[in-house]
Amino acid sequence: MFASAFTNSVFGFLKTYVLLAAASTGSAAGYDPAELAMFAWAGQGLLGVVQLFSWTEVADRIRTGDIVTDLLRPMNPLTAFLAADLGRAGHALVIRLTVPIALGAVFFPLRWPEQARTWVWLVVSVGLATVTSFATRYLINLLAFWWLDARGPNTLWLFGGSLFSGLAVPIPFFPEWAQTVLWCTPFPWMLQAPLDVLLERGDPAGLVCGGALVAGVMLGFAAVLQRVALRRLVVQGG
Amino acid sequence: MADVADVLAPYRRLLVAQIRSQTQYRLSFAVDLALNATITVIDVFVLLAVFRVTPELAGFGLIETLLIAGLAQVAFQLADLAVGNLERVPFYLRTGLLDAVLLRPLSAFGQLVVLDFMPRRVGRVVQGAVTYGVALVLSGIDWTVPRVLLAIVAPIAGAVCYGAIFTAGAATMFWLVEGGEVVNAFTYGGRDFASYPTPVYGPWFGRLLGFVLGLAFVGYLPALALLGRADPLGTPGWLHWCTPVVSVVWALVAASAWRVGVRHYQSTGS
Repeated sequence: MFASAFTNSVFGFLKTYVLLAAASTGSAAGYDPAELAMFAWAGQGLLGVVQLFSWTEVADRIRTGDIVTDLLRPMNPLTAFLAADLGRAGHALVIRLTVPIALGAVFFPLRWPEQARTWVWLVVSVGLATVTSFATRYLINLLAFWWLDARGPNTLWLFGGSLFSGLAVPIPFFPEWAQTVLWCTPFPWMLQAPLDVLLERGDPAGLVCGGALVAGVMLGFAAVLQRVALRRLVVQGG
Repeated sequence: MADVADVLAPYRRLLVAQIRSQTQYRLSFAVDLALNATITVIDVFVLLAVFRVTPELAGFGLIETLLIAGLAQVAFQLADLAVGNLERVPFYLRTGLLDAVLLRPLSAFGQLVVLDFMPRRVGRVVQGAVTYGVALVLSGIDWTVPRVLLAIVAPIAGAVCYGAIFTAGAATMFWLVEGGEVVNAFTYGGRDFASYPTPVYGPWFGRLLGFVLGLAFVGYLPALALLGRADPLGTPGWLHWCTPVVSVVWALVAASAWRVGVRHYQSTGS
Protein backbone atom coordinates (compact mmCIF):
# COMPACT_ATOMS: atom_id res chain seq x y z
CA MET A 1 0.00 0.00 0.00
CA PHE A 2 2.66 2.52 1.06
CA ALA A 3 4.98 1.26 -1.66
CA SER A 4 2.49 1.80 -4.46
CA ALA A 5 1.51 5.24 -3.10
CA PHE A 6 5.19 6.24 -3.10
CA THR A 7 5.79 5.08 -6.68
CA ASN A 8 2.54 6.63 -7.83
CA SER A 9 3.65 9.98 -6.33
CA VAL A 10 7.09 9.92 -7.98
CA PHE A 11 5.38 9.49 -11.34
CA GLY A 12 2.97 12.27 -10.36
CA PHE A 13 5.88 14.67 -9.91
CA LEU A 14 7.51 13.58 -13.18
CA LYS A 15 4.28 14.08 -15.12
CA THR A 16 3.39 17.41 -13.51
CA TYR A 17 6.79 18.99 -14.18
CA VAL A 18 6.78 17.96 -17.87
CA LEU A 19 3.21 19.23 -18.37
CA LEU A 20 3.99 22.50 -16.57
CA ALA A 21 7.10 22.99 -18.72
CA ALA A 22 4.87 22.55 -21.79
CA ALA A 23 2.69 25.41 -20.48
CA SER A 24 5.56 27.88 -19.98
CA THR A 25 3.72 30.42 -22.18
CA GLY A 26 0.76 30.36 -19.79
CA SER A 27 -1.25 27.49 -21.25
CA ALA A 28 -0.98 24.26 -23.26
CA ALA A 29 -3.86 22.94 -25.42
CA GLY A 30 -6.23 25.15 -23.44
CA TYR A 31 -5.09 24.00 -19.99
CA ASP A 32 -3.56 26.50 -17.57
CA PRO A 33 -0.85 25.34 -15.10
CA ALA A 34 -3.27 24.73 -12.20
CA GLU A 35 -5.48 22.61 -14.50
CA LEU A 36 -2.48 20.63 -15.77
CA ALA A 37 -1.30 19.92 -12.22
CA MET A 38 -4.79 18.76 -11.21
CA PHE A 39 -4.95 16.67 -14.41
CA ALA A 40 -1.66 14.95 -13.59
CA TRP A 41 -2.38 14.20 -9.91
CA ALA A 42 -6.04 13.26 -10.31
CA GLY A 43 -4.97 11.08 -13.25
CA GLN A 44 -2.42 9.29 -11.03
CA GLY A 45 -5.19 8.72 -8.48
CA LEU A 46 -7.81 7.54 -10.98
CA LEU A 47 -5.32 5.15 -12.56
CA GLY A 48 -5.75 2.83 -9.57
CA VAL A 49 -9.53 3.30 -9.40
CA VAL A 50 -10.42 2.51 -13.02
CA GLN A 51 -7.49 0.02 -13.14
CA LEU A 52 -5.46 0.74 -16.27
CA PHE A 53 -2.70 -1.68 -15.26
CA SER A 54 -2.14 -5.05 -16.80
CA TRP A 55 -4.92 -7.45 -15.72
CA THR A 56 -4.79 -11.10 -16.76
CA GLU A 57 -6.81 -12.80 -14.00
CA VAL A 58 -9.49 -14.21 -16.31
CA ALA A 59 -6.98 -15.08 -19.04
CA ASP A 60 -4.91 -17.00 -16.47
CA ARG A 61 -8.02 -18.86 -15.27
CA ILE A 62 -8.82 -19.77 -18.87
CA ARG A 63 -5.29 -21.05 -19.39
CA THR A 64 -5.25 -23.17 -16.22
CA GLY A 65 -8.81 -24.42 -16.71
CA ASP A 66 -9.98 -22.81 -13.43
CA ILE A 67 -12.59 -20.93 -15.47
CA VAL A 68 -14.69 -24.12 -15.27
CA THR A 69 -15.22 -23.44 -11.56
CA ASP A 70 -16.54 -19.98 -12.44
CA LEU A 71 -18.88 -21.48 -15.03
CA LEU A 72 -20.29 -24.00 -12.56
CA ARG A 73 -21.51 -21.22 -10.28
CA PRO A 74 -25.14 -20.16 -10.71
CA MET A 75 -24.01 -16.71 -11.74
CA ASN A 76 -22.79 -15.26 -15.02
CA PRO A 77 -18.97 -14.91 -14.70
CA LEU A 78 -19.16 -11.49 -16.37
CA THR A 79 -21.49 -10.25 -13.63
CA ALA A 80 -19.46 -11.87 -10.86
CA PHE A 81 -16.14 -10.39 -12.01
CA LEU A 82 -17.79 -6.99 -12.60
CA ALA A 83 -19.18 -6.94 -9.06
CA ALA A 84 -15.76 -7.79 -7.64
CA ASP A 85 -14.16 -5.07 -9.76
CA LEU A 86 -16.63 -2.41 -8.67
CA GLY A 87 -15.97 -3.34 -5.04
CA ARG A 88 -12.25 -2.94 -5.64
CA ALA A 89 -12.83 0.43 -7.34
CA GLY A 90 -14.98 1.68 -4.44
CA HIS A 91 -12.18 0.94 -2.01
CA ALA A 92 -9.61 2.54 -4.33
CA LEU A 93 -11.77 5.66 -4.68
CA VAL A 94 -11.34 6.35 -0.98
CA ILE A 95 -7.66 5.42 -0.66
CA ARG A 96 -5.94 5.71 -4.02
CA LEU A 97 -7.63 8.83 -5.34
CA THR A 98 -7.39 11.01 -2.24
CA VAL A 99 -3.70 10.45 -1.42
CA PRO A 100 -2.15 11.67 -4.72
CA ILE A 101 -4.51 14.67 -4.94
CA ALA A 102 -3.70 15.66 -1.35
CA LEU A 103 0.03 15.34 -2.03
CA GLY A 104 -0.25 17.28 -5.29
CA ALA A 105 -2.10 20.05 -3.43
CA VAL A 106 0.83 20.38 -0.99
CA PHE A 107 3.37 21.03 -3.76
CA PHE A 108 1.39 22.64 -6.60
CA PRO A 109 -1.55 25.00 -7.05
CA LEU A 110 -4.43 22.80 -8.27
CA ARG A 111 -7.66 23.83 -9.95
CA TRP A 112 -10.57 22.71 -7.76
CA PRO A 113 -14.15 22.44 -9.07
CA GLU A 114 -16.11 25.69 -8.74
CA GLN A 115 -19.53 24.02 -8.43
CA ALA A 116 -20.45 21.56 -5.69
CA ARG A 117 -22.48 19.37 -8.06
CA THR A 118 -19.31 18.60 -10.05
CA TRP A 119 -18.36 16.13 -7.30
CA VAL A 120 -21.60 14.20 -7.85
CA TRP A 121 -21.03 14.12 -11.62
CA LEU A 122 -17.45 12.99 -10.93
CA VAL A 123 -18.46 9.96 -8.83
CA VAL A 124 -20.96 8.86 -11.53
CA SER A 125 -18.40 9.46 -14.27
CA VAL A 126 -15.69 7.49 -12.44
CA GLY A 127 -18.16 4.62 -11.91
CA LEU A 128 -18.94 4.49 -15.63
CA ALA A 129 -15.24 4.77 -16.50
CA THR A 130 -14.56 1.78 -14.24
CA VAL A 131 -17.26 -0.27 -15.97
CA THR A 132 -15.84 0.65 -19.40
CA SER A 133 -12.32 -0.23 -18.28
CA PHE A 134 -13.51 -3.52 -16.77
CA ALA A 135 -15.53 -4.52 -19.86
CA THR A 136 -12.58 -3.77 -22.15
CA ARG A 137 -10.17 -5.68 -19.92
CA TYR A 138 -12.59 -8.60 -19.69
CA LEU A 139 -13.02 -8.63 -23.46
CA ILE A 140 -9.26 -8.78 -23.96
CA ASN A 141 -8.97 -11.56 -21.37
CA LEU A 142 -11.62 -13.61 -23.18
CA LEU A 143 -9.33 -13.71 -26.21
CA ALA A 144 -7.35 -16.30 -24.24
CA PHE A 145 -10.06 -18.80 -25.27
CA TRP A 146 -8.65 -18.60 -28.79
CA TRP A 147 -5.14 -17.45 -28.04
CA LEU A 148 -3.89 -19.21 -24.94
CA ASP A 149 -1.15 -16.69 -24.43
CA ALA A 150 -2.87 -13.37 -23.68
CA ARG A 151 0.39 -11.43 -23.90
CA GLY A 152 -0.32 -9.87 -27.29
CA PRO A 153 -3.80 -8.53 -26.49
CA ASN A 154 -2.51 -7.42 -23.08
CA THR A 155 0.24 -5.34 -24.71
CA LEU A 156 -2.45 -3.71 -26.83
CA TRP A 157 -4.34 -2.94 -23.62
CA LEU A 158 -1.26 -1.36 -21.99
CA PHE A 159 -0.66 0.71 -25.12
CA GLY A 160 -4.23 2.00 -25.30
CA GLY A 161 -4.60 2.32 -21.55
CA SER A 162 -1.62 4.63 -21.18
CA LEU A 163 -1.37 6.52 -24.47
CA PHE A 164 -4.99 6.81 -25.64
CA SER A 165 -6.74 7.24 -22.28
CA GLY A 166 -5.19 10.56 -21.29
CA LEU A 167 -2.86 8.96 -18.74
CA ALA A 168 0.40 9.77 -20.54
CA VAL A 169 -0.74 13.12 -21.99
CA PRO A 170 -4.12 14.87 -22.09
CA ILE A 171 -6.08 13.87 -25.23
CA PRO A 172 -6.28 17.54 -26.44
CA PHE A 173 -2.47 17.38 -26.93
CA PHE A 174 -3.07 15.15 -29.99
CA PRO A 175 -3.95 16.50 -33.46
CA GLU A 176 -7.67 17.20 -34.12
CA TRP A 177 -8.20 14.19 -36.40
CA ALA A 178 -6.55 11.84 -33.87
CA GLN A 179 -8.77 13.19 -31.08
CA THR A 180 -11.88 12.45 -33.16
CA VAL A 181 -10.69 8.90 -33.82
CA LEU A 182 -9.74 8.32 -30.17
CA TRP A 183 -13.10 9.41 -28.74
CA CYS A 184 -14.65 6.64 -30.88
CA THR A 185 -12.60 4.08 -28.89
CA PRO A 186 -13.31 3.15 -25.25
CA PHE A 187 -9.94 4.46 -24.02
CA PRO A 188 -10.56 8.21 -23.44
CA TRP A 189 -13.80 7.29 -21.64
CA MET A 190 -11.75 5.54 -18.95
CA LEU A 191 -9.71 8.53 -17.77
CA GLN A 192 -9.97 11.66 -19.90
CA ALA A 193 -13.79 11.84 -19.49
CA PRO A 194 -13.85 11.80 -15.66
CA LEU A 195 -10.91 14.26 -15.64
CA ASP A 196 -12.85 16.58 -17.96
CA VAL A 197 -15.75 16.39 -15.50
CA LEU A 198 -13.43 17.21 -12.60
CA LEU A 199 -11.88 20.19 -14.43
CA GLU A 200 -15.35 21.32 -15.59
CA ARG A 201 -14.41 21.18 -19.27
CA GLY A 202 -17.40 20.57 -21.51
CA ASP A 203 -20.90 19.57 -20.44
CA PRO A 204 -20.90 17.06 -17.54
CA ALA A 205 -24.31 15.65 -18.53
CA GLY A 206 -23.03 14.99 -22.06
CA LEU A 207 -19.86 13.35 -20.74
CA VAL A 208 -21.82 11.13 -18.36
CA CYS A 209 -24.36 10.14 -21.07
CA GLY A 210 -21.50 9.34 -23.45
CA GLY A 211 -19.77 7.38 -20.70
CA ALA A 212 -22.95 5.40 -20.01
CA LEU A 213 -23.36 4.61 -23.70
CA VAL A 214 -19.75 3.40 -24.08
CA ALA A 215 -19.94 1.36 -20.86
CA GLY A 216 -23.13 -0.31 -22.09
CA VAL A 217 -21.72 -1.03 -25.54
CA MET A 218 -18.48 -2.52 -24.14
CA LEU A 219 -20.38 -4.68 -21.62
CA GLY A 220 -22.58 -5.86 -24.50
CA PHE A 221 -19.53 -6.79 -26.56
CA ALA A 222 -18.07 -8.66 -23.59
CA ALA A 223 -21.31 -10.58 -23.03
CA VAL A 224 -21.57 -11.53 -26.73
CA LEU A 225 -17.94 -12.64 -26.93
CA GLN A 226 -18.37 -14.66 -23.74
CA ARG A 227 -21.35 -16.47 -25.23
CA VAL A 228 -19.43 -17.23 -28.44
CA ALA A 229 -16.43 -18.44 -26.44
CA LEU A 230 -18.47 -20.74 -24.20
CA ARG A 231 -20.17 -22.31 -27.20
CA ARG A 232 -16.82 -23.59 -28.42
CA LEU A 233 -15.14 -24.06 -25.06
CA VAL A 234 -12.57 -26.82 -24.80
CA VAL A 235 -11.57 -27.28 -21.18
CA GLN A 236 -7.85 -27.67 -20.66
CA GLY A 237 -7.56 -31.19 -19.32
CA GLY A 238 -5.58 -32.08 -16.24
CA MET B 1 42.68 -16.11 -20.22
CA ALA B 2 41.66 -19.77 -20.32
CA ASP B 3 40.83 -19.49 -16.60
CA VAL B 4 38.29 -16.72 -17.26
CA ALA B 5 36.68 -18.81 -19.99
CA ASP B 6 36.49 -21.76 -17.59
CA VAL B 7 34.82 -19.66 -14.90
CA LEU B 8 32.29 -18.23 -17.34
CA ALA B 9 31.51 -21.53 -19.10
CA PRO B 10 28.60 -22.62 -16.85
CA TYR B 11 26.95 -19.19 -17.14
CA ARG B 12 27.35 -19.28 -20.90
CA ARG B 13 25.74 -22.71 -21.05
CA LEU B 14 22.83 -21.58 -18.84
CA LEU B 15 22.37 -18.46 -20.96
CA VAL B 16 22.42 -20.34 -24.27
CA ALA B 17 19.92 -22.87 -22.90
CA GLN B 18 17.64 -20.07 -21.76
CA ILE B 19 17.79 -18.30 -25.13
CA ARG B 20 17.18 -21.54 -27.02
CA SER B 21 14.18 -22.44 -24.92
CA GLN B 22 12.60 -19.02 -25.37
CA THR B 23 13.21 -18.82 -29.11
CA GLN B 24 11.99 -22.37 -29.76
CA TYR B 25 8.74 -21.13 -31.28
CA ARG B 26 9.97 -18.74 -33.95
CA LEU B 27 6.70 -17.04 -34.81
CA SER B 28 5.72 -16.55 -31.18
CA PHE B 29 9.17 -15.12 -30.46
CA ALA B 30 8.93 -12.76 -33.44
CA VAL B 31 5.55 -11.52 -32.19
CA ASP B 32 7.06 -11.01 -28.71
CA LEU B 33 9.94 -9.01 -30.16
CA ALA B 34 7.53 -6.81 -32.10
CA LEU B 35 5.25 -6.30 -29.08
CA ASN B 36 8.22 -5.31 -26.93
CA ALA B 37 9.33 -2.78 -29.53
CA THR B 38 5.77 -1.45 -29.82
CA ILE B 39 5.30 -0.83 -26.12
CA THR B 40 8.39 1.39 -25.94
CA VAL B 41 7.18 3.53 -28.86
CA ILE B 42 4.69 5.06 -26.39
CA ASP B 43 7.41 7.34 -25.00
CA VAL B 44 8.19 8.74 -28.46
CA PHE B 45 4.49 9.41 -29.13
CA VAL B 46 4.18 11.20 -25.78
CA LEU B 47 7.18 13.38 -26.62
CA LEU B 48 5.72 14.27 -30.03
CA ALA B 49 2.34 15.09 -28.46
CA VAL B 50 3.98 17.37 -25.89
CA PHE B 51 5.91 19.22 -28.60
CA ARG B 52 2.73 19.66 -30.62
CA VAL B 53 1.45 22.08 -27.97
CA THR B 54 4.75 23.77 -27.09
CA PRO B 55 7.79 24.71 -29.21
CA GLU B 56 10.25 24.04 -26.37
CA LEU B 57 10.63 22.52 -22.92
CA ALA B 58 12.84 24.58 -20.58
CA GLY B 59 14.65 25.99 -23.63
CA PHE B 60 15.17 22.65 -25.41
CA GLY B 61 13.62 21.91 -28.80
CA LEU B 62 12.06 18.70 -30.11
CA ILE B 63 15.22 17.22 -31.65
CA GLU B 64 17.38 18.06 -28.62
CA THR B 65 14.85 16.45 -26.29
CA LEU B 66 14.61 13.46 -28.62
CA LEU B 67 18.40 13.06 -28.29
CA ILE B 68 18.11 13.10 -24.48
CA ALA B 69 15.22 10.63 -24.59
CA GLY B 70 17.07 8.38 -27.05
CA LEU B 71 20.13 8.22 -24.78
CA ALA B 72 17.94 7.40 -21.77
CA GLN B 73 15.97 4.78 -23.70
CA VAL B 74 19.00 2.88 -25.03
CA ALA B 75 20.68 2.99 -21.61
CA PHE B 76 17.59 1.77 -19.78
CA GLN B 77 16.66 -0.93 -22.29
CA LEU B 78 20.22 -2.34 -22.34
CA ALA B 79 20.18 -2.54 -18.54
CA ASP B 80 16.69 -4.05 -18.57
CA LEU B 81 17.82 -6.71 -21.06
CA ALA B 82 20.94 -7.54 -19.04
CA VAL B 83 19.74 -7.44 -15.41
CA GLY B 84 16.09 -6.34 -15.50
CA ASN B 85 14.98 -9.76 -14.33
CA LEU B 86 16.50 -9.04 -10.90
CA GLU B 87 12.97 -7.76 -10.31
CA ARG B 88 12.18 -11.42 -9.69
CA VAL B 89 14.32 -11.57 -6.56
CA PRO B 90 11.24 -11.22 -4.29
CA PHE B 91 9.82 -14.34 -6.00
CA TYR B 92 13.02 -16.26 -5.25
CA LEU B 93 12.92 -15.05 -1.65
CA ARG B 94 9.26 -15.94 -1.08
CA THR B 95 9.49 -19.41 -2.59
CA GLY B 96 12.81 -20.25 -0.96
CA LEU B 97 14.30 -20.94 -4.39
CA LEU B 98 17.19 -18.67 -3.47
CA ASP B 99 18.50 -21.45 -1.19
CA ALA B 100 19.05 -23.63 -4.24
CA VAL B 101 20.80 -20.77 -6.01
CA LEU B 102 23.09 -20.09 -3.05
CA LEU B 103 24.01 -23.78 -2.64
CA ARG B 104 25.54 -23.99 -6.10
CA PRO B 105 29.25 -23.17 -6.43
CA LEU B 106 28.44 -20.22 -8.74
CA SER B 107 27.79 -16.56 -8.04
CA ALA B 108 24.23 -15.83 -6.94
CA PHE B 109 24.12 -12.64 -8.98
CA GLY B 110 25.38 -14.35 -12.13
CA GLN B 111 22.84 -17.15 -11.80
CA LEU B 112 19.88 -14.83 -11.20
CA VAL B 113 20.84 -12.80 -14.26
CA VAL B 114 21.13 -15.77 -16.64
CA LEU B 115 18.30 -17.90 -15.19
CA ASP B 116 15.52 -15.54 -16.25
CA PHE B 117 17.19 -13.91 -19.23
CA MET B 118 14.53 -12.61 -21.64
CA PRO B 119 15.78 -12.40 -25.22
CA ARG B 120 12.48 -10.82 -26.32
CA ARG B 121 13.60 -7.57 -24.66
CA VAL B 122 16.02 -7.14 -27.57
CA GLY B 123 13.02 -5.62 -29.37
CA ARG B 124 13.01 -2.74 -26.92
CA VAL B 125 16.74 -2.14 -27.30
CA VAL B 126 16.33 -1.95 -31.08
CA GLN B 127 13.49 0.54 -30.72
CA GLY B 128 15.59 2.71 -28.36
CA ALA B 129 18.59 2.52 -30.69
CA VAL B 130 16.46 3.68 -33.64
CA THR B 131 15.22 6.71 -31.63
CA TYR B 132 18.78 7.53 -30.59
CA GLY B 133 20.15 7.09 -34.12
CA VAL B 134 17.47 9.32 -35.66
CA ALA B 135 18.12 12.01 -33.03
CA LEU B 136 21.91 11.84 -33.62
CA VAL B 137 21.41 12.37 -37.37
CA LEU B 138 18.81 15.15 -37.02
CA SER B 139 20.52 17.21 -34.32
CA GLY B 140 23.34 18.34 -36.62
CA ILE B 141 26.16 17.56 -34.19
CA ASP B 142 29.57 19.07 -34.95
CA TRP B 143 31.41 15.72 -34.84
CA THR B 144 34.84 15.53 -33.20
CA VAL B 145 36.73 12.41 -32.05
CA PRO B 146 35.80 12.90 -28.36
CA ARG B 147 32.15 13.36 -29.32
CA VAL B 148 32.10 10.19 -31.43
CA LEU B 149 33.55 8.30 -28.45
CA LEU B 150 31.01 9.88 -26.09
CA ALA B 151 28.10 9.03 -28.41
CA ILE B 152 29.16 5.37 -28.21
CA VAL B 153 30.21 5.23 -24.53
CA ALA B 154 27.41 7.34 -22.97
CA PRO B 155 24.54 4.86 -23.56
CA ILE B 156 26.69 2.00 -22.26
CA ALA B 157 27.72 3.98 -19.16
CA GLY B 158 24.07 4.95 -18.70
CA ALA B 159 23.15 1.26 -18.92
CA VAL B 160 25.66 0.55 -16.12
CA CYS B 161 23.93 3.24 -14.01
CA TYR B 162 20.49 1.70 -14.56
CA GLY B 163 21.88 -1.80 -14.06
CA ALA B 164 23.28 -0.60 -10.73
CA ILE B 165 19.87 0.85 -9.77
CA PHE B 166 18.22 -2.49 -10.62
CA THR B 167 20.87 -4.32 -8.57
CA ALA B 168 20.73 -2.00 -5.56
CA GLY B 169 16.94 -2.16 -5.71
CA ALA B 170 17.00 -5.96 -5.77
CA ALA B 171 19.44 -5.90 -2.83
CA THR B 172 16.95 -3.91 -0.73
CA MET B 173 14.45 -6.75 -1.31
CA PHE B 174 16.46 -8.86 1.15
CA TRP B 175 15.03 -6.56 3.83
CA LEU B 176 11.74 -5.39 2.28
CA VAL B 177 10.69 -8.56 0.36
CA GLU B 178 7.42 -6.93 -0.81
CA GLY B 179 8.80 -3.52 -1.75
CA GLY B 180 9.12 -4.19 -5.48
CA GLU B 181 6.90 -1.19 -6.23
CA VAL B 182 9.32 1.23 -4.55
CA VAL B 183 12.14 0.00 -6.77
CA ASN B 184 9.97 0.74 -9.83
CA ALA B 185 9.96 4.42 -8.86
CA PHE B 186 13.74 4.48 -9.30
CA THR B 187 14.06 2.16 -12.32
CA TYR B 188 11.08 3.04 -14.55
CA GLY B 189 10.71 6.43 -12.89
CA GLY B 190 14.43 6.97 -13.41
CA ARG B 191 14.02 6.15 -17.09
CA ASP B 192 11.20 8.71 -17.46
CA PHE B 193 13.15 11.32 -15.48
CA ALA B 194 16.22 11.01 -17.70
CA SER B 195 14.12 11.22 -20.88
CA TYR B 196 13.57 14.97 -20.43
CA PRO B 197 16.00 17.88 -19.89
CA THR B 198 16.76 18.16 -16.17
CA PRO B 199 15.84 21.91 -15.97
CA VAL B 200 12.23 20.85 -16.70
CA TYR B 201 11.94 19.65 -13.10
CA GLY B 202 11.50 21.76 -10.00
CA PRO B 203 14.69 22.76 -8.18
CA TRP B 204 14.71 20.23 -5.31
CA PHE B 205 13.21 17.33 -7.34
CA GLY B 206 15.60 17.90 -10.26
CA ARG B 207 18.68 18.15 -8.05
CA LEU B 208 17.75 15.14 -5.95
CA LEU B 209 17.14 12.75 -8.85
CA GLY B 210 19.45 14.41 -11.36
CA PHE B 211 22.59 15.01 -9.35
CA VAL B 212 22.28 13.05 -6.09
CA LEU B 213 21.04 9.90 -7.85
CA GLY B 214 23.05 10.92 -10.94
CA LEU B 215 20.22 10.50 -13.46
CA ALA B 216 21.14 13.78 -15.20
CA PHE B 217 24.30 11.97 -16.34
CA VAL B 218 22.29 9.42 -18.34
CA GLY B 219 20.67 11.63 -20.98
CA TYR B 220 20.82 15.33 -20.23
CA LEU B 221 24.51 16.07 -19.58
CA PRO B 222 25.98 13.84 -22.36
CA ALA B 223 23.45 15.42 -24.76
CA LEU B 224 24.78 18.87 -23.78
CA ALA B 225 28.34 17.72 -24.50
CA LEU B 226 27.30 16.28 -27.89
CA LEU B 227 25.37 19.41 -28.83
CA GLY B 228 28.08 21.74 -27.44
CA ARG B 229 25.48 23.63 -25.40
CA ALA B 230 26.02 25.39 -22.08
CA ASP B 231 23.90 24.15 -19.18
CA PRO B 232 21.15 26.56 -18.07
CA LEU B 233 21.61 25.03 -14.60
CA GLY B 234 25.20 26.35 -14.63
CA THR B 235 27.18 23.09 -14.36
CA PRO B 236 30.75 23.36 -15.77
CA GLY B 237 31.45 21.93 -19.26
CA TRP B 238 33.86 19.23 -18.09
CA LEU B 239 31.12 17.66 -15.94
CA HIS B 240 29.08 16.82 -19.06
CA TRP B 241 31.70 14.22 -20.02
CA CYS B 242 31.64 12.46 -16.64
CA THR B 243 28.93 9.84 -17.24
CA PRO B 244 31.48 6.96 -17.30
CA VAL B 245 32.89 8.07 -13.91
CA VAL B 246 29.39 8.25 -12.40
CA SER B 247 28.61 4.78 -13.75
CA VAL B 248 31.71 3.32 -12.05
CA VAL B 249 30.67 4.90 -8.73
CA TRP B 250 27.14 3.52 -9.14
CA ALA B 251 28.49 0.06 -9.96
CA LEU B 252 30.65 0.03 -6.81
CA VAL B 253 27.73 1.17 -4.62
CA ALA B 254 25.42 -1.46 -6.12
CA ALA B 255 28.02 -4.23 -5.75
CA SER B 256 28.47 -3.55 -2.04
CA ALA B 257 24.72 -3.25 -1.51
CA TRP B 258 24.21 -6.62 -3.21
CA ARG B 259 26.93 -8.29 -1.13
CA VAL B 260 25.49 -6.96 2.13
CA GLY B 261 22.01 -8.04 1.03
CA VAL B 262 22.98 -11.61 0.19
CA ARG B 263 24.84 -11.88 3.50
CA HIS B 264 21.72 -10.68 5.30
CA TYR B 265 19.58 -13.38 3.66
CA GLN B 266 17.85 -15.77 6.01
CA SER B 267 16.00 -18.59 4.30
CA THR B 268 12.22 -18.87 4.54
CA GLY B 269 12.91 -22.10 6.41
CA SER B 270 10.48 -24.08 4.29
